[in-house]
Amino acid sequence: MKYIDEFNDPELARRLLDEIRTTATRPWALMEVCGGQTHSIIRHGIDQLLPEQVELIHGPGCPVCVTPLDVIDKALEIAARPEVIFCSFGDMLRVPGTDRDLFRVKGEGGDVRVVYSPLDALELARRNPDRQVVFFAIGFETTAPANAMAVHRARREGLGNFSLLVSHVRVPPAIEAIMTAPACRVQGFLAAGHVCSVMGTAEYPGLADRFGVPIVVTGFEPLDILEGIRRTVRQLELGEHRVENAYPRAVRDDGNPAAVRMIEEVFEVTDRNWRGIGPIPASGWRLSEAFRAYDAEHRFDVAGIRTEEPAECRSGEVLQGLIKPTECAAFGTTCTPRTPLGATMVSSEGACAAYYLYRRMNAPATQGARPAAEEMNPVA
Amino acid sequence: MCLAVPGKVVAVEDGSDPLTGLIDFGGVRKQACLEYVPDVRVGEYVIVHVGFALQRLDEESALASLQLFEELGLLEEEFGDAWQQAAREAGEPAPAGAPESGSEAR
Repeated sequence: MKYIDEFNDPELARRLLDEIRTTATRPWALMEVCGGQTHSIIRHGIDQLLPEQVELIHGPGCPVCVTPLDVIDKALEIAARPEVIFCSFGDMLRVPGTDRDLFRVKGEGGDVRVVYSPLDALELARRNPDRQVVFFAIGFETTAPANAMAVHRARREGLGNFSLLVSHVRVPPAIEAIMTAPACRVQGFLAAGHVCSVMGTAEYPGLADRFGVPIVVTGFEPLDILEGIRRTVRQLELGEHRVENAYPRAVRDDGNPAAVRMIEEVFEVTDRNWRGIGPIPASGWRLSEAFRAYDAEHRFDVAGIRTEEPAECRSGEVLQGLIKPTECAAFGTTCTPRTPLGATMVSSEGACAAYYLYRRMNAPATQGARPAAEEMNPVA
Repeated sequence: MCLAVPGKVVAVEDGSDPLTGLIDFGGVRKQACLEYVPDVRVGEYVIVHVGFALQRLDEESALASLQLFEELGLLEEEFGDAWQQAAREAGEPAPAGAPESGSEAR
């Protein structure tokens, strides 16, 4: 119980853990969908504090990790063009494509810019009318409203030099894919709080019914995660499978209707490949017909790029909860944050990077598990 | 980048298009788009993701989340110099032409 003293309210954390311990009479396997939750769980050793019966399986909820290799390669090809200013969030810089990454493209002379918001990329397009400005529009439902508004405004302003390289993904079809996989062990879900801040909870009751799994909308703080686990285990023990909102201070049942309207105006549902996992039907968004002219894949004719994952990288199995990062032979040897084989080792929301930072020696939770001070900054 | 960071609205630019405000994230101040929470007032807390406020949040929760994100290094990752972070990670100097600050345009 070394970590528990670092919780905001250690006494409440102990009470929640005690209740989970006394409630769980059988083994249960829960999946936290969100990469931010994975990071928090590993950093605080929550998985190690739980009773043996309760296992946390890390889900595919890291947008950087699931962006497919062929999309990264398309980004690299577009970014290398002399007429292009390629804009990305900072956490995409080191995601490996087939033979390089955006950091390398910048070193080779490509005009790659890091932006905080897609509106920053839009501003670059206004200021550089003689250049093509391309924004790398990845992310889950949390990010889609921002990207949708950027392209909506570009069309309104008639900006002909702005486009999006879109690789948006949606959580509910991923849950469905996980539950229908033959090796699935997941019995309950901690749903991603900020995704639900946008989308609300309406997409989840059908999944809970169909697969007989509790789905508890959960926040990111350690106590939020313990509360989500407590509620999920309680439902499982009672034989229930409902949607519960354990993060009501940030999640309304109807989400943010204005943001959802903007997403629906700009994007349409499409099949998407997930890095390491493969195609999941209806699991993503692409630009709808009215905005298709702003699709960088077509503007730069890279739609034909197809690539293969490196065979030794098992990040797909990690993303599906089939193995833990430490079960991969490459983990910590040929694959480290400095030389990542897969995106799960790049992003701080990736399970492999979280394990590397906080449990790199595969030591027991109570000793040697904390990173040195210079490693405290994730993926730094 | 999947996380949204809580911050306090310290100014709203009335009449701006898109509606924009200044948000304080535990000392770091950034502009954010308020179009998705158009009724928000100065002094309230919001959850901001990639420059967009997505929902309101109470002060106690916001401050607790900010503390956690700082401990996890996520504030540095979100608002720090991405090129320097990537250079440290690669074990190489930042590429020529990379700006000193982490983000462009604003």
